[in-house]
Amino acid sequence: MTDVTVAQFIVDAIYLITGVCFIVGLRLLSSPKTARLGNRIAAAGMFVAVVATAFEMEPSAWWIVLIGVVLGAAGGIYSARAVKMTAMPQMVALFNGAGGGAAAMVSTAEFLKLYDPAATSGMPPDQTITIMLSSIIGSLSFAGSIIAFLKLQELMTGRPITYPGQQVVNALVALAIVGCAVCVVAGVSPLATYFVAFGGALVLGVLFVLPIGGADMPVIISLLNSFTGLAAAMTGFVLGNNVLIISGALVGASGTLLTVLMGKAMNRSITNVLFGAFGAIKTAAGGEAAAGSSGGSVRAATAEDVATMLAYAKQVVIVPGYGMAVAQAQHSVRDLAAQLEKKGVEVKYAIHPVAGRMPGHMNVLLAEANVPYPQLYDMEDINPEFPRTDVALIIGANDVTNPAARNVPSSPIYGMPILDVDKAANIVVLKRSMNPGFAGIDNPLYEDPKTVMLFGDAKKSVDELAATVKSL
Amino acid sequence: MSEHLLTELTIFILAVFVGIEVISKVPTTLHTPLMSATNAIHGIVLVGAILVAGVEDPKLGWFLSIVVVTLASLNVFGGFTVTERMLQMFKPRATPPAQGDGKQ
Repeated sequence: MTDVTVAQFIVDAIYLITGVCFIVGLRLLSSPKTARLGNRIAAAGMFVAVVATAFEMEPSAWWIVLIGVVLGAAGGIYSARAVKMTAMPQMVALFNGAGGGAAAMVSTAEFLKLYDPAATSGMPPDQTITIMLSSIIGSLSFAGSIIAFLKLQELMTGRPITYPGQQVVNALVALAIVGCAVCVVAGVSPLATYFVAFGGALVLGVLFVLPIGGADMPVIISLLNSFTGLAAAMTGFVLGNNVLIISGALVGASGTLLTVLMGKAMNRSITNVLFGAFGAIKTAAGGEAAAGSSGGSVRAATAEDVATMLAYAKQVVIVPGYGMAVAQAQHSVRDLAAQLEKKGVEVKYAIHPVAGRMPGHMNVLLAEANVPYPQLYDMEDINPEFPRTDVALIIGANDVTNPAARNVPSSPIYGMPILDVDKAANIVVLKRSMNPGFAGIDNPLYEDPKTVMLFGDAKKSVDELAATVKSL
Repeated sequence: MSEHLLTELTIFILAVFVGIEVISKVPTTLHTPLMSATNAIHGIVLVGAILVAGVEDPKLGWFLSIVVVTLASLNVFGGFTVTERMLQMFKPRATPPAQGDGKQ
């Protein structure tokens, strides 16, 4: 410890505290009661780390940091307050991209510091390897997150974009990046190859998110989150900074875990999500299914019929989907549930793991509408309830209720665990029209004899139901 | 040099295990706040950004140095704010449901 100055020792001790704060903070996120405290502890940890680091700055450069922090804080806090809860996935994608981009740039600065054009011997490989990893993963995450943002914000098509030979092109770009990285480490014109690798990673980030769309977005958001975590950890290796390593590892683990969980919820492997181009398969299969099911008929009902059915039920399970959120019907749904509860009806919400556009998204949307979280049930907990349920009320959800996933092996969603709404005594589907859902697949549930359809805007329909139930 | 790398690798791997352990206890209800909180936590690159920008002669030049600090701060401040906003909404019991009017 003799070669470590006292100041450095203090800073390192503070970084340790920060690491502990992050772990404790995440631990407290395991219960809604303590989650806010957890978030604040993590924020406090971040604060002390940044303050400690600020003491290491050269006085001549403080203005650069100050301008950056003020701009970032203003932009971050403003957008975080303004964002609608439905737009949360693209907000997370954007912040994620910012972090990835920052990690890549920090490593670039370290590379330029290390690079000496006059040097005859190469740079230390353990340094260059971590620099390359950090800047490649970081810029990949940056570019990928921007594309994910554009898709979710509908500034570009949310559908998968595919073209012949796509995987070959991606593989070639990836190969080129690896080649350049090897050159940098080996010291073969490192400056040029560094920036080619950097640019290549940006291009690959764009290319690998393009073919992903629709229902696979939650997976890609989790994966990008994990990438930025890894990039931050690699930056920690580059700077010899333990707090970056710890935090990056935590985030990397979390993102990977959620990615795997989302994949499981759709019964698809990560490679299948990344390279399967779900959309391309689906359009073909969708046509077939449509032709095959054209013989069936659907029953439409009026709001009065449905309201009566609901009001005299013992148990109603509401299955909310993203369509409910798009129609901004969460609050109306909560009001309807309140009216039903006044009539003595037991109301539960069934949340499919991939309802919404990111893991847990639907829970947030319902929490925003003041639905108490003990009423929200996971798929495993609610599925045994459906046989005892009088009415399953499906609002803007489609694919997660599609029995084809259970019994039509040719269906693109075959094998995906679904909510067993078809086991309920009655099924009511609120839907704008007979258009297929996000994944573009027909739903045989609509032709089930137990099913009635209530067409129209979700919010209007639910409001009408609530008013009618109240008057009964 | 390589001994140093080994120590860092040890920290990294142990932190991954801690991460898996801690995060697997988070219920699905809180997965979105979890993701935005971890999102804010990787904003710790702000520390790195300050270390490369806050020097006598920043390698990225003053403009890109401002950009890197801005990006990292955006990540930190935005991430924690949005998580706080979400967590505020999670309530344990139904507030008197009858006079619900759509607002808080």
